[in-house]
Amino acid sequence: MMCRIICMGFMLLIFFTGCKGERQVTAITATKVFESKGIEVPVYDFENFEALLHIDDDKVRVINFWATWCKPCVRELPYFELINDRYTAKNVEVILVSLDLPSQVETKLIPFLEKQRIRSRVILLDDPNANQWIPKVNEEWSGAIPATIIYKGSTGNFYERSFTYHDLEKELKKVF
Amino acid sequence: MKTLKILAVLALVIAVSAFAVDKVLTKKGGDGYDIGDIATDFRLKNIDGKYVSLSHYRDAKGFIITFTCNHCPYSVAYEDRIIALDKKYKALGYPVIAINPNNPRAYPEDSFENMKIRAKEKGFTFPYLYDDGQKIYPQYGAKKTPHIYILQKTDKGNVVRYIGTIDSNYKDEKLASKKYVEDAVDALLEGREVKIKHTKAIGCSIKA
Repeated sequence: MMCRIICMGFMLLIFFTGCKGERQVTAITATKVFESKGIEVPVYDFENFEALLHIDDDKVRVINFWATWCKPCVRELPYFELINDRYTAKNVEVILVSLDLPSQVETKLIPFLEKQRIRSRVILLDDPNANQWIPKVNEEWSGAIPATIIYKGSTGNFYERSFTYHDLEKELKKVF
Repeated sequence: MKTLKILAVLALVIAVSAFAVDKVLTKKGGDGYDIGDIATDFRLKNIDGKYVSLSHYRDAKGFIITFTCNHCPYSVAYEDRIIALDKKYKALGYPVIAINPNNPRAYPEDSFENMKIRAKEKGFTFPYLYDDGQKIYPQYGAKKTPHIYILQKTDKGNVVRYIGTIDSNYKDEKLASKKYVEDAVDALLEGREVKIKHTKAIGCSIKA
């Protein structure tokens, strides 16, 4: 009898964790979706976006904070694209989180994505109260971009820096 | 019983990985000034060709040091608010001193010539200084633009009282529920302690 109760307890816990992971994925709702030239860019506030930082499945997620006006970000973007090309089959997902101004999505961001033929998933994080959400991404983050998170389940690393392809791949392999 | 063992192991794995996240994601970082440090003075060239130092401001009670630049949309979004801060607080003893920390080789838009053009277009009421050789911003620890340091003049020197962003909404001043810089300067003017001493904001990385 005792065993049964304990078993039930564990199962609930695991069920809940598993369920939470799935629920988090589906619960992310965009406040708006920009669409032009066949490219869609969903917009999230931090409350909805945050779930993307805590998905508990066996995928490795590479989340890069960038913007079209940020030169070092644009310079390293091809390396993230290459990771996306080479590692998607190995259960890696690259998410490019643009911090462009919403007013510049149609004039700058989408034309940029089209011209550079960006194939990774691109979303826009639009939440002006950054002082509240920056520490929730990482306590040490000053708010400067580029910044990157590489995580799988509950293990991961945060980087406030630029990458070369070699470095990015090296950091990615640490999380595998 | 076997099931129980497996479940127990699973639970342990979950517990262990939950522990790992704290360990890995906590990294020590940050250089430059902290609250309470004495900020360095400087001698930097203004857009009018004259050199500016904090020591020139004999009557000032302190300074709103603003690292900003031309190219960054976040800096541009705050330009009007920076002008308003200067207009309001210069008379009260806390002038804005703007410094462009960027290397114009990285961002040609941030060249000294373009600083003059931008300042004229916007009607900057404050000095807009060029951090030639990029020697000052690393001492302050500025990471991005805009990045504000509020200094209070004391017998010991200019003490850092606030580091961070201007308010809580870069897009729309009217929606900014918190006006961090104004609150901090008001507190200093009234002889109170600054309540919120440190804030974070998205900004453009300073390019060396």
